[in-house]
Amino acid sequence: MQNLLSWMTFFPLVGLAILLFMPGAKENALKVWTLVVTIITFMISLPLAFDDVFKTSAAMHYTEFSKWISIGDFFQMNYNVGVDGISLWLVMLTTFIMPIAVLSTWQAVDKNVKGFMAMLLLLETAMLGAFVSIDLFLFYIFWELMLIPMYFLIGIWGGKNRIYAAVKFFLYTAVGSLLMLVAIIYVYYYGVKTGIATDGFSIVEFYKLGIPGNLQTWLFLAFAFSFAIKVPMFPLHTWLPDAHTEAPTAGSVILAAVLLKMGTYGYVRFAIPLFPEAMQTFTPLLATLAVIGIIYGALVAMMQDDVKKLVAYSSVSHLGFVMLGVFAMNLQGMAGGMLQMINHGISTGALFLIVGFLYERRHTREINEFGGLAKKMPIFATIFMIMTFSSIGLPGTNGFVGEFLAILGAFESELRWYAVVATTGVIFAAVYMLWMYQRVMFGECNNPKNADLKDLSAREITLMVPLLVFVFWIGVYPNTFFDKMNPALENLIKQVKSQQVAIVMPASTGEYTLGNPRLTHPGMPPQGHQ
Amino acid sequence: MYDYLWLIPFFPLVGSIINGLFGKKIKNEAVIGGFATAMIGLSFVVSASCFFSLLNDPVKVHEQVLGSWMSVGHLQVEWGFLLDPLSALMIMVVTGVGTLIHLYSIGYMHGEEGFYRFFSYLNLFCFCMLMLVLGNNALVMFIGWEGVGLCSYLLIGYYFHKKSAGDAAKKAFVVNRVGDFGFLVGLGILFWTLGSHGVWTVKFTEIAANAHLLGAGSTVVTIVTLCFFLGATGKSAQIPLYTWLPDAMEGPTPVSALIHAATMVTAGVYMIGRMNILFAMSPTTMLIVAMVGAATAIFAASIGFAQNDIKRVLAYSTVSQLGFMFLAMGVGAFTAGIFHLMTHAFFKACLFLGSGSVIHGMHHGLHHAHSHDDPQDMRNMGGLSKKMKITYWTFLISTIAIAGIPPLAGFFSKDEILWWSFASTRGHWLLWLTATAAAMMTAFYMFRLVSMTFWGECRANPKAKDHIPESPWTITLPLIILAGLAALGGFVGVPALLGGSNHLATFLNPVFGHAQETFNLSAHGSHATEYGLMFFSVVVASIGIGIALYMYNKNPDLPGKFVARFPGLHRAVFNKWYVDEIYDALFVNPTKKLGTFLWKGFDVKLVDGVVNGVAATVEACARGMRYTQSGLIASYAMTMVIGVFVIIAYYVFK
Repeated sequence: MQNLLSWMTFFPLVGLAILLFMPGAKENALKVWTLVVTIITFMISLPLAFDDVFKTSAAMHYTEFSKWISIGDFFQMNYNVGVDGISLWLVMLTTFIMPIAVLSTWQAVDKNVKGFMAMLLLLETAMLGAFVSIDLFLFYIFWELMLIPMYFLIGIWGGKNRIYAAVKFFLYTAVGSLLMLVAIIYVYYYGVKTGIATDGFSIVEFYKLGIPGNLQTWLFLAFAFSFAIKVPMFPLHTWLPDAHTEAPTAGSVILAAVLLKMGTYGYVRFAIPLFPEAMQTFTPLLATLAVIGIIYGALVAMMQDDVKKLVAYSSVSHLGFVMLGVFAMNLQGMAGGMLQMINHGISTGALFLIVGFLYERRHTREINEFGGLAKKMPIFATIFMIMTFSSIGLPGTNGFVGEFLAILGAFESELRWYAVVATTGVIFAAVYMLWMYQRVMFGECNNPKNADLKDLSAREITLMVPLLVFVFWIGVYPNTFFDKMNPALENLIKQVKSQQVAIVMPASTGEYTLGNPRLTHPGMPPQGHQ
Repeated sequence: MYDYLWLIPFFPLVGSIINGLFGKKIKNEAVIGGFATAMIGLSFVVSASCFFSLLNDPVKVHEQVLGSWMSVGHLQVEWGFLLDPLSALMIMVVTGVGTLIHLYSIGYMHGEEGFYRFFSYLNLFCFCMLMLVLGNNALVMFIGWEGVGLCSYLLIGYYFHKKSAGDAAKKAFVVNRVGDFGFLVGLGILFWTLGSHGVWTVKFTEIAANAHLLGAGSTVVTIVTLCFFLGATGKSAQIPLYTWLPDAMEGPTPVSALIHAATMVTAGVYMIGRMNILFAMSPTTMLIVAMVGAATAIFAASIGFAQNDIKRVLAYSTVSQLGFMFLAMGVGAFTAGIFHLMTHAFFKACLFLGSGSVIHGMHHGLHHAHSHDDPQDMRNMGGLSKKMKITYWTFLISTIAIAGIPPLAGFFSKDEILWWSFASTRGHWLLWLTATAAAMMTAFYMFRLVSMTFWGECRANPKAKDHIPESPWTITLPLIILAGLAALGGFVGVPALLGGSNHLATFLNPVFGHAQETFNLSAHGSHATEYGLMFFSVVVASIGIGIALYMYNKNPDLPGKFVARFPGLHRAVFNKWYVDEIYDALFVNPTKKLGTFLWKGFDVKLVDGVVNGVAATVEACARGMRYTQSGLIASYAMTMVIGVFVIIAYYVFK
């Protein structure tokens, strides 16, 4: 298809335009139409997943380019999009999760359905646009555009405390974005001044800038801060539990599955390759925060009384693994981190759906209100258990592959002590997930309000099945995903490392090849590299 | 034949999926149970043919690779299986004992709600266990390793409506995860250390071939093996991670027999056997393994003295026997460790299934009497030998076997361990002494158990007494077969001293021989010493039996007097030396407190306090500023005038 990425990105907007002319009272028609639009969007994106070009090429593909806004020599930005092995699976995750999110609203949303659906479609365009942007300014536009529908989704269709949560979400992310905007503009003028950037805000050109070290520090901090809020990394995470708890189910699913990935993706795509030296300086700090996030998220999750808050805090922990893998800066860690992004989207997305099922039935999420549901809802119990173990990272499910590779990558880098501490996260994950599962599902069903809970409906099963398929697919044959992301990641790592300062301690024996320009501990053999 | 290796785990997987998905619709117990048993039975047939092919095959190591699992740079992981004498023996034990226990379960689980669920889990367990022993690399092993933990969780929590069952299931998984943490860290360190020498691998054969690169006795090899050993203590219930196993008795009895006695809990021993080269390279780790094993053997045996629940006694006995196996591995007696693993699988499975048969009978009788007495409490039993003849005799044979009386299986395997712990190049007389004492205690508490259960007067509810039947054939047939194995299984490993040729050692030599030769792991001593120790161990076991008979058969009021005399000691032993309470105080509660503090103290007060504080400050400023926008022309004019004065004043007084 010609202009596949544009079709994919803007098809939800086309759908949105038609949606606006539909009668607002026909709620089912609105829902069906939105579902159809998201499914078609998914189908448009499908050829990307089957394209073998990503197996061999690290470059951007499906690129489209046209000049957009130019103000003389003063400012030039372009509509410049493309997809490579790094963004490929995140794009696919987005188009894949959207129909599921729409389907989850069938009974949950009855207030201003038209508005809700419009927000979902707008959000999809914004998310896809952010993932496929090559032009940094274009990315920024989509990045900001995401904020608006999410703000309304939480603020209008959220729970009791929705206004507080929505404002908190908005302020946190807006503060970060503004800092990033300043840095983006600075990078652009640096590029123009040196004559390297000739194509507007093209990230491909920005990669070659070679910004001096001390300048990198400040720019990196602005980017890193903004993305760290989005991830969210400790201690900037406190917007997340509130946003998740108050958001409607569909909002939580999208927030967890896609929006948080904007932060981690931002590191991989922008913060690290643009400022490799600064990255090197800050790796110990960021890795420390990632590891703290893993343990911290898990410990706090353990003590929650609200199922949804528990899942939200578990996200902090899971994304810590993603960040640790990414900061390891080797193929295992990066690939593990990237895959863990997808896994988190699937497993945590599914867990939010599961919490949604409970909430729709009982209008509460307090763990104490439940207990003994396994007997009443056997299908629900089974699916819930599979997703629980996927979240815990049981081998054979998706969670294990990503987590293991992220940890292994950290072991291979100089972050190995961080890896040891991070690995304790696997213990805590089992504690908080199983304790929650036990309190909700096991035991006697004493609460009379739970006496006639119904098991999952056909619709609910339908929306879980695709997620279940990927839990096991990624668990058993993750190469489908690795094959297409590895070339791009290898290229990225090579490029970053070539720009990082070589600080090599003399090794104790001469038998190692010192090809690796990364810092090594005295007395330890330097780690291997690609 | 080796091309069909993949079928061995495949059959139970199919069984698990089909029963899991359609079992509820099938309903018919005979079909569900029969199908599950047939699947593991087929697995046994394939295993046996592989085993016998290997026996006559000069090539002792065969691999089958199904395809790639993870391929990321220099990390290449395959879905691959490894058949060598060690894994061949293990699959025979797992599928053999597994089939018998499946058969047993058809009768035992009759009428239970979720019958299909039980068999689905049981098949799934067999699948995972077979992956564990057949995996040709550490990650496929880890699938099985955590997979058996999952099945253990599911099966302990089978009666999930009971809070104690849910707690026990969770405890088992979490404690195992502590061990798995060690496994992962060990694997991570091993991977990069070998990698820094240019060998990136997780395959066992390649790890073994390149282990020398790490350097014998180096710190890194000690750290790696200690990490793996932490994993083993979790899975195999050794100090300090043994506490989950006694609680795991909340699961149905066949589960206790299969998972918590015969197979899963031996995974740690198997893993050390699989990585024997690495362990042999670190004398420090070996010593720690041996010490932990010996300490666990005697410690768990001591707790077995005072338990009244028939399954709990057997559970502590299992922990203790696993200690013997680790002792063996630690002193370099790899063959003896695996030998004991095998014989223990026979007699302990038989004991557990026998206890299940007793509970089944007691349950029947108590049900008839409408009594709510605990059918597992030995204080309600006694005199059952007359009512349950087959159960009694098979139980007795297995008890003699575990007590170490020749020529039953337990004697040969335990004696070899004792001999090595004394005479091995890595042995020590203190290890031997501890183990011998533990052996005496084993004989004592096992005969205490037999005495309280089968001998003397029946102490059950009078109405129940006459309605305790023998169990049906699906239960007794496995008992008979296992008792036969418990009696005769030891003959595969008769030592040269007694005129045997120790077939087992010869068979396993391709796996262990290299490490034992390279690192000089052997047991030396005069024949007189060996005879002497052997004789001594039999005497010691007999003394243990004698004391038990004296205390519980001849003078049944003696134990009561003993308790009255030493109430503190009894209380401590009865309460399992308060280890669970100590762990709660040291680890569980502080972690919970920390979690609450981080949430309510750090997140809500500090971070959100700052965030909301900023918001509040901004709001307060804005509120203040609002007064300036009053809309009154007069006040604007006033402000302007003041402003003008200030500016003028500035320039005037500058």
